[in-house]
Amino acid sequence: MIELRDVKKAFNQGQHNEVWALSGISLGIEAKRVTALRGPSGSGKTTLLTLIGCLARPTSGRVTLHGRDISGLPERFLTEIRRKTFGFVFQQFNLVKGLSAIENVMLPAYPTGRPHRELAQRAEALLERLRLAHRRDARAEWLSGGEQQRVAIARALINDPEVLVADEPTANLDTALAKEFMAILESFGAEGRTVILTSHDPLVTESAVVGRLVDMRDGLLVEHHE
Amino acid sequence: MKSWIEKQRHLIDFTLSSLLRRRGRNLGLLVVYSLLVFVLASAMLYSHALRREAAVILEGAPEVVLQRLVAGRHDLIPPGYIDKIGQMRGVQDIRGRLWGYYYDSVVKANYTFMVPADGSVAKGALVVGPALARQRGLEANTGVSFRAYSGELRSFIIADVLPQASEIASADLILINEDDFRAFFNYPAGHYTDVALTVANAKEVRNVANKLSKLLPDSRPILREEMQRTYASLFDWREGIMLALLSAAILAFAILAWEKASGLSADEKREIGILKAIGWETGDVIRMKLWEGGLISLTAFLLGFVAAYVHVFKFGAPLFAPVLKGWAVLYPRFDLVPVIDGLQVATLFFFTVFPYMAAVLVPIWRAAVTDPDAVMRS
Amino acid sequence: MRTSTSAAAILLTLALAFVACLGDARLTVERRAGEVVAMRTLAAQLGLTDLALFTEARYTRHPSQADLHSAFQDHPLALEHFPSGSLIVPHHEILDRETTAPD
Ligand SMILES: Nc1ncnc2c1ncn2[C@@H]1O[C@H](COP(=O)(O)OP(=O)(O)OP(=O)(O)O)[C@@H](O)[C@H]1O
Ligand SMILES: [Mg+2]
Repeated sequence: MIELRDVKKAFNQGQHNEVWALSGISLGIEAKRVTALRGPSGSGKTTLLTLIGCLARPTSGRVTLHGRDISGLPERFLTEIRRKTFGFVFQQFNLVKGLSAIENVMLPAYPTGRPHRELAQRAEALLERLRLAHRRDARAEWLSGGEQQRVAIARALINDPEVLVADEPTANLDTALAKEFMAILESFGAEGRTVILTSHDPLVTESAVVGRLVDMRDGLLVEHHE
Repeated sequence: MKSWIEKQRHLIDFTLSSLLRRRGRNLGLLVVYSLLVFVLASAMLYSHALRREAAVILEGAPEVVLQRLVAGRHDLIPPGYIDKIGQMRGVQDIRGRLWGYYYDSVVKANYTFMVPADGSVAKGALVVGPALARQRGLEANTGVSFRAYSGELRSFIIADVLPQASEIASADLILINEDDFRAFFNYPAGHYTDVALTVANAKEVRNVANKLSKLLPDSRPILREEMQRTYASLFDWREGIMLALLSAAILAFAILAWEKASGLSADEKREIGILKAIGWETGDVIRMKLWEGGLISLTAFLLGFVAAYVHVFKFGAPLFAPVLKGWAVLYPRFDLVPVIDGLQVATLFFFTVFPYMAAVLVPIWRAAVTDPDAVMRS
Repeated sequence: MRTSTSAAAILLTLALAFVACLGDARLTVERRAGEVVAMRTLAAQLGLTDLALFTEARYTRHPSQADLHSAFQDHPLALEHFPSGSLIVPHHEILDRETTAPD
């Protein structure tokens, strides 16, 4: 469903500190599978995720979503696509401090103008499913790392996105919590959601849940494991 | 439409939750902000109402008052002046007026003695102003004595006390019969304090005044227009004083608002990044902040204005009393008739609400246009 | 209750209070119209030229009738010593005329 064709990304282009984070990536990502990006630090995994998730535009090359070219769209449209199609789980989880767990979950749906009651119900159902219903009114900063991650996952799902994007989802978790995360991932796979994640954690990359592993190095793909 | 409203409500929910996170600080800001509006609105309402009172009184003031000056000081009008003026064209009515000041050492207050033109006060009687009556404990049919300029004590009967409703103009007045006035002050016969003129054609007033200064070069005509302007500028000036006193408060508020609004903390910047990454548009972030600024400033404005109205018109502006009373022993007690001028309210609204909105919005604008991918690398 | 609902309730209350102020002002003006007429009549009868706000000095009791420099009549450099005097400015019209006629 997502196609990348010779995608390059430079930071600080034309300046003395120019960095080419991606130097020509062509990749197709199939729907309803878990795809994992693996590679050493600095290889461009996060950068690639931002391009796929419409958080940034490539310097050159094309990104298409369902056959529609999204690499040249203005920010407004990108935002809309991002909101409708992608749910994000960040490495630091990035919850908004001071808001309760449930408020954090509802946050991405605010600009859609969906009725409050409906939103609250959906958020509660998501928290329930992630076994967090008892923490719904706890402030984000009072949650443990695992709880924060599950709130972040619930937040990523509030708009019912087709694609879940997760950057280093287990980097801040111990083994038990990482395993729990993989179990949650598995249920998404069963639901038929597309998941794209990055990781150096063997627990993730070696897992049976991951349908496809993409190796990266120095901004290029290394090889394809089918 | 329905989803638009729902969306705005979501944005408001969020912005209020954010504000409630730093409850003490934001409440403090709201209090200071309301206080500022309160003082400004009080000054505005108060001076505007006073100006209206002055306008009401001056409507009936003589069109021209002619004073005579001797070596730069106000002096008596000698006999003959009134006849001379009477021959001038355009003058409809001339009246020599008798009035003056009297210091009462009993209560250490200044009074204004005045002879009413219609001779309505009988010999041996006085009509006194309400503040004076209060201060000296006088009422109708009681007696009072003052030491005359000849040195002897003179007794009078109080015929009446002027109505309380007129106190703002008549607080310290003592109305007295002409013969009593002349005897009491040793006032030379045929002399007057000044001359009040009525001019036949209202458009000719200035002409008449010019002719008067030519005819009587030692005299100074004061036009009603000028009296009106004295009062307009007097209260403008008072507002100016209030503003001067307030500038410290305004400055403090400006610093507070600026610090709060423009000193976008790293946390707040990160928060905007998160919102953008999870699907908020730049416009949504700005709209949310607009709600924040709008709600705070509207609340502060309404709160401050209503409090000011109650302060000025229900409690008699106790905070301004010390400024007004000065050193005087006699000061009027008055209930101002409320005057609310739409334009002034709008001006106040603009000058209190707009700067705050700007202080909130400008930095957010800058932060909100940053790239959403930054949040992936925090 | 949602915070936006509470905020709307608070704002609505304040707005009503604001409207009540406007209404009160209008009613008071009507109710006290008689007093205003009475004061206007009295002022016209007596030929009053000033408000009796500050009674402590001649030039503050009757600012519109005061000598031009009365605030400083003791000495041109005399300091103002009545606080209310600092609230009153001389008005320009009279100052301007000073150049053509002795005052
Ligand atoms: N905003 C930026 N400005 C300049 N250089 C950047 C920026 N973002 C990333 N880079 C550089 O681009 C390269 C790729 O970064 P990226 O974050 O994609 O790597 P990564 O594979 O996610 O690494 P890690 O595993 O450590 O998260 C790095 O060399 C990085 O320094
Ligand atoms: Mg990374």
